[in-house]
Amino acid sequence: MSDIKVLKERPQPEKKVGRHVITVKVQHNFGVLARITGLFAGRGYNIESLTVGRTHEPNIARITIVVEGDERVIEQIIKQLRKLIETLRVRDITEIPHIERELALIKIHTENDRTRDEIMRLVNIFRAKVVDVSTDTYTVEITGDEDKIEAFISLIKPFGIREMARTGTLAMVRESAASKIMPGEKFD
Amino acid sequence: MNKKRGADIVVDVLLHEGVDTIFGLPGGAIMEVYDALFDAPIRNVLARHEQAACHMADGYARATGKVGVVIATSGPGATNLVTGLATAYMDSIPLVAITGQVPRHYIGTDAFQEADVIGITRPITKHNFLVTDIKDLPLILRQAFYIARTGRPGPVLVDIPKDITQQVAEYRIPSDEEVKESLPGYNPHVEGNIVQIKKAAELIRKATRPVLYVGGGAVLSDAAEEIYKLAHLTKIPVTTTNMGKGAFPETDPLSLHMLGMHGTYYANMAVYHSDLLIAVGARFDDRVTGKISEFAPEAKIIHIDIDPASISKTITVDVPIVGDVKNVLQKLIAELEKKPVEWMAARESWLKQIQEWKEKHPLSYRKSDKIIKPQYVIEEIYNITEGDAIISAGVGQHQMWAAMFYKYSYPRQFLNSGGLGTMGFGFPAAVGAKIGRPDKTVFAIEGDGSFIMNVQDLATAVQYRVPVKIAIINNGFLGMVRQWQQFFYDSRYASVCLSVQPDFVKLAESFGAVGLRATKPSEVRDVLAKAMEINDRPVLIDFVVDREENVLPMVPAGKSYREMILTPKQKGEAETMYLVG
Repeated sequence: MSDIKVLKERPQPEKKVGRHVITVKVQHNFGVLARITGLFAGRGYNIESLTVGRTHEPNIARITIVVEGDERVIEQIIKQLRKLIETLRVRDITEIPHIERELALIKIHTENDRTRDEIMRLVNIFRAKVVDVSTDTYTVEITGDEDKIEAFISLIKPFGIREMARTGTLAMVRESAASKIMPGEKFD
Repeated sequence: MNKKRGADIVVDVLLHEGVDTIFGLPGGAIMEVYDALFDAPIRNVLARHEQAACHMADGYARATGKVGVVIATSGPGATNLVTGLATAYMDSIPLVAITGQVPRHYIGTDAFQEADVIGITRPITKHNFLVTDIKDLPLILRQAFYIARTGRPGPVLVDIPKDITQQVAEYRIPSDEEVKESLPGYNPHVEGNIVQIKKAAELIRKATRPVLYVGGGAVLSDAAEEIYKLAHLTKIPVTTTNMGKGAFPETDPLSLHMLGMHGTYYANMAVYHSDLLIAVGARFDDRVTGKISEFAPEAKIIHIDIDPASISKTITVDVPIVGDVKNVLQKLIAELEKKPVEWMAARESWLKQIQEWKEKHPLSYRKSDKIIKPQYVIEEIYNITEGDAIISAGVGQHQMWAAMFYKYSYPRQFLNSGGLGTMGFGFPAAVGAKIGRPDKTVFAIEGDGSFIMNVQDLATAVQYRVPVKIAIINNGFLGMVRQWQQFFYDSRYASVCLSVQPDFVKLAESFGAVGLRATKPSEVRDVLAKAMEINDRPVLIDFVVDREENVLPMVPAGKSYREMILTPKQKGEAETMYLVG
């Protein structure tokens, strides 16, 4: 037997789980969204939200993905996204100053005048907007970051939420911080 | 501007890409392409099953380094490619698959032989395309070849609706520049970062117990020469993965053979005790590492790979170098030559230790003069081919014996489904390899279970007079599963006994091939000598071997190298687990 002394275990990196915001610029080709969602499903990553839409550049779409995971998982997600032939740029902007916005439409039950007043007060405080009214509902449009929308929902919940639709988070780096280049980034 | 039918454009691009051989099977949606191929100067190999066609194209690509091409029709034709594509994808083999699709106006209507082939093959191809306009056809086909062979290679599928293959249009073959420019998101990283390479060189200079761990990426990057140079310059011993075999000659004193689950004792000991592991085109697969937290516990790791996603995927590395293996190794060698060290003096005690391990437990098996030992068959194949044959293995025990007991000395010499572990791969891949390398003796080493999964393509090999040799290691079991049942399931042999088998000799003869058999060790050499004399058609040799022979050494799945099973069982005695360190 060898007299070389060896540690029993390889030192393992700490696992820090966190919420990450990843923006992806893609060629807006047939099936590109399926490639991205398929990648997440096939490798067992959980998407918290995913939004996709066109940009000012022809045939280029932008996707914002919010995902939770430890550093190794996030690193893999980014690398796997970069590996796709149709991705032009992938950035994890979590650590860079950025703006996050989400839009929600919430149909709220209105029991009587008193609740209608109370809901209106909350709508005003949150700078939301009533976009549709019926005899027993208000439909409210609200935009903001995830925390703001969650806070509004928790306050409105006791009145009774009939229906809700959320867009998921959109994100963009603040221009003042845009010069920060992440190491290993894939640029167009 | 030329004006041509879509199908003729396909053929023109194939010729432009230098394709000389295609493998496939026609059907309704791809007929137009076959019609165009009818007069083309391309060798068209008609397989009997699309899976086999795909493995043939794969074997052709592995043996030659060229892009393999497979053609199939829509629906079942394309779905039959799935296993072949997944096999090529896992092992990073460059393939282009061209499939027919139902005409555009039928797509989405559940038409006859319609399947969502793009959806089905998305996760098992490097990229895939549905052609929706004939004006995109030449560019897409050229993109497919470009993507398949560059960066980390892989299979690319192009799905072409039948009406596009029939449509006549003006076209022009796009230039290399246009192909590159049309893929703005695809820029494989070839050049290694020089700062990282300098760091790696420094670690190599300081290391006292280094090991080179070489994978399939070294073969794909054609870097055998650089590996040899690096190993001999710095006197670092080399272990290869299953996929890396041939990237370093196993006859070399610095060779440790294969590592991992069925690696040699000395390779695993060396890796376990190493203080520096230089991973070259390898991906720390679970069959290599075993229990990850106890894999090379003290080693600093340098990882050279063209795919950034392979780096720090399962194991955190100290010096990652993204780039083409050949390119990076050339720079690394140049860097090391600038400031040489007394390499031999630095390695003396380490190489001495390794020599002790080699002498203590060389690869071995219990020989017999009554019953054929499977390892003996492989050794005799090695002897009769003078170590120069291309070996294509199926999946199972025979694959591991073929990996252990044949000594590989040049790249692209050992072909096997390392990543996906596809039974039925060995024989059709051997046919593709022999077509690509007619100058070499090609042996398919198959199991009785594995071979029968693509037995139908004996017809193809006979039809095209492909003189492959097929050695069936016949133990009447799904042997690897049986071995695991013996070790880990208290010898409960559930669904592994292949009690009904064809007579393989008569089966071969019925196809028009030659069938031979050996049942005693004394017959092995003679049948092999006879097989070597036949060069106008395939020869199948049925080696009836010891039914319960095990593949050893073995590191049980998910265990550490410290828990290697080394010694074969004597009657009434347990397997010996070896605890190291």
